[in-house]
Formats: sequence, C-alpha cells, structure tokens
Amino acid sequence: MSVVTDKSNASVKDTQNSAKEDTKKVVYETKDLNLWYGEGHALKNINLAINENEVTAIIGPSGCGKSTYIKTLNRMVELVPTVKISGEILYRGRNILEKSYQVEDLRTSVGMVFQKPNPFPKSIYDNIAYGPKIHGIRDKKILDEIVEKSLRGAAIWDDVKDRLNQNAYGLSGGQQQRVCIARALAIEPDVILMDEPTSALDPISTLKVEELVQELKKDYSIIIVTHNMQQAARISDKTAFFLNGEVIEFAETDKIFSNPSDKRTEDYITGRFG
Amino acid sequence: MKGVFFVAKGVVHEHDQNLNVREIIQEKKKTKSFNNYTEKFIPKILFGIAAISVFTTIGIVLTLLTETIAFFKDVPFIDFFTGTKLKPLGENAVFGVLPLLTGTLISTAIAMLVAIPVGLMTAVFLSEYASEKTRRLLKPILEILAGIPTIVYGFFAFTFVTPLLRSFIPGLEPTNILSPGIVMGIMIIPMVASLSEDAMSSVPNSMREGALALGATKLEVTWKVVIPAAISGIIASFVLGISRAIGETMIVTIASGSSKNFTFDVTQSMQTMTAYIVEVTGGEAAAGTTLYYSLYAVAMTLFVFTLIMNMVAQYISRKFREEY
Repeated sequence: MSVVTDKSNASVKDTQNSAKEDTKKVVYETKDLNLWYGEGHALKNINLAINENEVTAIIGPSGCGKSTYIKTLNRMVELVPTVKISGEILYRGRNILEKSYQVEDLRTSVGMVFQKPNPFPKSIYDNIAYGPKIHGIRDKKILDEIVEKSLRGAAIWDDVKDRLNQNAYGLSGGQQQRVCIARALAIEPDVILMDEPTSALDPISTLKVEELVQELKKDYSIIIVTHNMQQAARISDKTAFFLNGEVIEFAETDKIFSNPSDKRTEDYITGRFG
Repeated sequence: MKGVFFVAKGVVHEHDQNLNVREIIQEKKKTKSFNNYTEKFIPKILFGIAAISVFTTIGIVLTLLTETIAFFKDVPFIDFFTGTKLKPLGENAVFGVLPLLTGTLISTAIAMLVAIPVGLMTAVFLSEYASEKTRRLLKPILEILAGIPTIVYGFFAFTFVTPLLRSFIPGLEPTNILSPGIVMGIMIIPMVASLSEDAMSSVPNSMREGALALGATKLEVTWKVVIPAAISGIIASFVLGISRAIGETMIVTIASGSSKNFTFDVTQSMQTMTAYIVEVTGGEAAAGTTLYYSLYAVAMTLFVFTLIMNMVAQYISRKFREEY
C-alpha cells in the first residue's frame, strides 16, 4: 500500500515537472481507482495523470489489469455484470464514474480501437460513415469528406480509395485495423484508447500503425495498452508499468526504459519475468 | 462514389480544414435530446410485447387448469390415468386415458425411430461430407419435404403407405398406427436434419483441424469431435421433433382411425390424444358435459407431456454441452 502511494506521489511529481516544462494539460486524472470483478481485486489504488497530445503506453504482464484500466476510461468495463468500481476518474475535470455522466457522450469524445480488428460487415465507406451518421450527420457531401479525411488520417486512403463500396472484411488484418482507427477518427474524438491494437497484426502492419500513432499524437491524446515493450519504447512519451493490478511506476518513457526506479520495472523490461 | 473521386482530386479538399466534425456533432447533440427519451421508452415497449406470449401462455394454462379440475369432479383422477377403457359416448361413458396415451407414445416412438437416424445421418452428410454443389441441391429438396401440408402426408399414409405395408405385413389393418408413425417420421426428418446440420456447421473449423492434425480420420473427427461439440443443438432438434410428433394431428386422424384400443400392437388402429380431440370437437360436445371437459383433461395431459419433454431436453443438453 505505502509503496503504491509513494509511486503515485512520484508520478504526480513527474507530471508536475513536465507541466513546468511544456505546460501540457491533463486530460485524464485517475484518483484512488479500485476495481473488482466479483471478488477479484483487479485494479488497486490507481493514481495516474495523463497528458493531452501525448502517447501514454501501459505495459505489464498478462492479467496485470492494463486492459481493465483502459476499458474503465470509457466505461466499457461496465459491460462485465459483476464489476464494482470505486474512486474517481476525471476526464477534462469531470468525474466520469458519476451516475449522471452520460456514457454515450463520454464515448463520443473518447474513441477506442480494439485488440482484434472489428469492422462492421459493411462497406468500407459505411464503416467510416457509421459514427457520423448516428450522431446526426446526413449530408452526403460532408460524409464523403469525413470518410476521406478519416481514411487519410489513418493512412489507409491510398489502399482503399478505389474500393470504398467493398466489404471491409475483404481487407487484410492490418488494413482492417487501420479502417477501425479511421472509424474512430471519423467522429473526431478527443482521446483515443488503443487496447493492444497491433497484437493481431504482422510486423509491417504493426509498423504502419505505430507510425500512425506518432502522427495522430498532434491532434489526439492517445492511451495505448501494449504487451510489446519495444513498441512502448518506440512510440510513447510516458509509460505506466502495471503489475498485479497496481501501478508500479509511471514516468517518462526514456526514464522507465533507461533508468527505472523500481526493481520490478527493471526486471520486467529486461525480460526477467512476464 | 463519384462524389468521393471528386474529393480525391482535391477540388473540395480545401474544405477539409474548415470541416470540424467535433463541433458539428456537439451542435447536433443539443437537438437530439428526444433520443434519451426513446432510449428509455423503447425497452419498455419491447418488454410489453415480449410479455404478450408470456401472458398468453398463462391464460391458456389457466383455462386448461380450471376446466380440467371440473372434469376431475366427474371422473376420479386415478380412474382417468389408470383406466384402460375409453368409451366417451353413450349411456355408461368410461374415461380412461391410457388408450390415447399409448396411441400417442407409440406413434411418436415410431416417428422418432425413422426421423432420428435418417435426420442425423443426413445432417452429418450435409455438414461434413457433401460438396458445396450437393448441399445446394439437397437442402432445397429437404425444405420442400418440410413444406408439405400435413393433410397431404395424412392421405399419403392412408392411400399409399398402408397398402404398400400390407403387401408384406398381411395382418395390417386398413387403419393402423404403424403407417402414420412412419410418415410422421418422414415429415420430421427435415426438421431434425436442418437443425442438427446448423449445430454441426457452427462447430469451429479449428476444432476439426486440431483432431485431423493428430492423425484422426474424417469419421473419427465427426463422431468424436463434431457431434459431441454440437450435441446440445442435436438434442434440441430431437426434442423439437418429438414435440412435433406428440402434437401431430392430421396424419394420425386420417390414417389410424378412431378405435380406442388399449394395445401395443402396431398393426392395429389406435387413437392419439390429438385425434381424440379432433373427433370429440367434431361431434359437437355440449358445453358442461363430462365429454366436453374430457377435451380439456386430454389437452392438459398433452401439454404436461410436451412440457416434461422440453424440461428433460434442457437438462440433457445442459449436461452434455461442451463449451466452446
């Protein structure tokens, strides 16, 4: 317990330091978050502050709670019936765990990309236009623009521009994943959550998605769960190391990978376990 | 599509900078407040509609129950269920349900002896062995079989199957339970086949591959992997078949006659519960008479039978289910 609070204090200091350097705004602030699946204590006293226009990576061994944490940020975790949550998650200063918070509004602002590409069984065009359409955009011209813009944004436009009316399932896994990213971009969210987005992809597709994440950082805040430590080192600004539902260390990615302050972080990133 | 190409050439491209989807969505959100209302209201309507079938069931059961209770005031419960004699008309009416019960059970058993093996084998062939071409040819034919009205099956049993059977079973009566039983089985084949096939084809291919990679033959994969994995669906198809056979009316009414024999000899005429209901309702049973109430008692027995069948089936399919 005391270790956790120490760490969270340290992480708060880290964010304060960086705030001095580049005055970045905090987009997500997690305070004393605890989460249970039935009796299982999946997240323990999580305290994290995530900055705007940065890539924050969450690493850790399987079952450490990293996916649970990212799913809590857009309340998708509530789809598990036995889940219990305590603590606060402030998104832009408002606690999203409050009953009065409209979860649809939250998810409109916070996009998500899943582990396995999950396009709808529709045309590529309709996949991208789905989000804008449910939010009331009907104008064909605007939709055309959004589709192109989103597909360009996800670096997939050149691959698919001649077959927008074909089923998205005809694409390769990597292309499907980028279509899913484009689908998330289409409603211009504020934050994009990515839950191991490259774990089902080949190395070349992975590289493309990684480059894309770097590119998207300019306009979006990105939180990415990955079990690939090299990936975290390559693309993220900050890294949080989760272990058994606790945040062991949260700091600048460079520091985590070159000079971790916790022995367990060092063990993990040097491949001694996990 | 044309519009999109137009955009691609960059003519509308300059608009991109001005297009702020986030703002448009926020703007639209303000006018979308009725949506919350529908989100809350629609599930209630859906619940109401779903409740219709529940209330209908309750209504039917209550009606059956009250009229059945009235029947048991006239005829003792024990006499009804142990009585081997059924003589509903005339001076000394006797109401024993056993002749009808055996009629129903025997015709159902014959039907399932035909439908289960043939249906299951058909399903195995269609799902595991048939080429795409064969399947495309066979499935519609099966569906035609399922689409034939039961009255047609009825006179098919009476005018074709019975004479055919009589040519090598000399003792067969002109109306008998064997022939409608077999024809009922034929009628149920498509149901068993297509539901079992659905269950088997939804077994993931990775399971077949796993067994094949261990050197299993195709037959071993089918029997030891696919059928166990699909067993709950297969059993469900059997049970639906049985329920269908128990409830089948037309075929037995036509081809099995109306003699209320208590016998286990399939060459003889027997009456099923459903055929009895047809006969009595056709004969204008006056409301309030024991004959009239006997309809409800028989209907209740029929209902309890199907209910027990369904419960047994659910228990079996839960017990044998292989999770995947």
